[in-house]
Amino acid sequence: MSGAADMNLAGLGPYLSILIAAAVPTHVWRWLGVLLAGRLTEDSEFFAWIKAVATALVAGLIAQLILFPNGALADVAMEVRVGAALAGLAVYFVTGKRLVLGLLVAEALVIGTWFLF
Amino acid sequence: MSDAPSFRSSLGWFVKGVSKMASVPAVVLITAQIGFAALARDAGLSLTETIFLALTVWALPAQLVFVGSVLNGAGWIATALAVTLSSIRFLPMLMSWTPVVRAPRTSRLRLLALSHFVAVTSWVFTMSEMPKTPAPARLAYFAGFAIGLVTVNLVAAAIGFVAIGHIPGWLSAALLLMTPLYFLLTLSGAGRVRADHLAMIFGLALGPIAHVAGLGLDLLWAGVIGGTLAYVGGRIGRARS
Repeated sequence: MSGAADMNLAGLGPYLSILIAAAVPTHVWRWLGVLLAGRLTEDSEFFAWIKAVATALVAGLIAQLILFPNGALADVAMEVRVGAALAGLAVYFVTGKRLVLGLLVAEALVIGTWFLF
Repeated sequence: MSDAPSFRSSLGWFVKGVSKMASVPAVVLITAQIGFAALARDAGLSLTETIFLALTVWALPAQLVFVGSVLNGAGWIATALAVTLSSIRFLPMLMSWTPVVRAPRTSRLRLLALSHFVAVTSWVFTMSEMPKTPAPARLAYFAGFAIGLVTVNLVAAAIGFVAIGHIPGWLSAALLLMTPLYFLLTLSGAGRVRADHLAMIFGLALGPIAHVAGLGLDLLWAGVIGGTLAYVGGRIGRARS
């Protein structure tokens, strides 16, 4: 486990590191989007690939956060974490993508089992 | 003298935008942002670093990728690359946002400044609210909603960060689960074509595999390999049908 100190880009400190490794890489795309509006087509093959890569990247992170958690979530058994996530997903789709219901069911399972076991 | 009434109406639209904070998507985002603050604290970020990250990035997946990279001990180049990949979606999003909020006289500088506040929630707001809003009022209406959203979220994140050390374990666990859960559901639900669904499945599988394999650059591998496989899978599916 490593702390935020590792984000010290060449000793620039955490704030410059955040700006360089997180803020600028995000804003560049916002600025380009404004500047290129009307000049590029949004439904190109390139964007289809980018969307797939971004989705897989964030999905990979989601799975990591659920399977290898930190803090209090690590005290919840693996089966409960995965089961709650799957139950939330099922409720979300069964109810026609009612986000609040999916979140509530998953959270209720985690909290419920916390007090049961 | 025509400035005064138009100013007042802009302010009116701004305030109307702020009032849209009381909506389900806004409230759910706030909950996810509190969860993010809890995760950031566990990763070793300070309160001001967490708020600074949320304010300057203002994209929950990118914030999460940054915190995940810190947890994985990734270097800054790998982190910047992973954040870049998670944020490229803003390019097509902003390309569709710009013509919707732009009035004939809107300066490019103002659009660039307000583009800071475009993220999923405010983008969906734009696409659903702007078609029924008069063109000259759109930017003010958007600014009210988006700036209000940032403000409320930063306050919520700060409260979440401080609270996580003082709340019982079950509530802390529930908060830490909230953000991954939020993205698990919304990302799965946002899939339109086969490649999107495949990307979700491949990413969920490859993230943990790359982590366990200890290759380093976990998220980059999961994204580039999983996403490319999903894209190819989607193309093969389209070619067959």
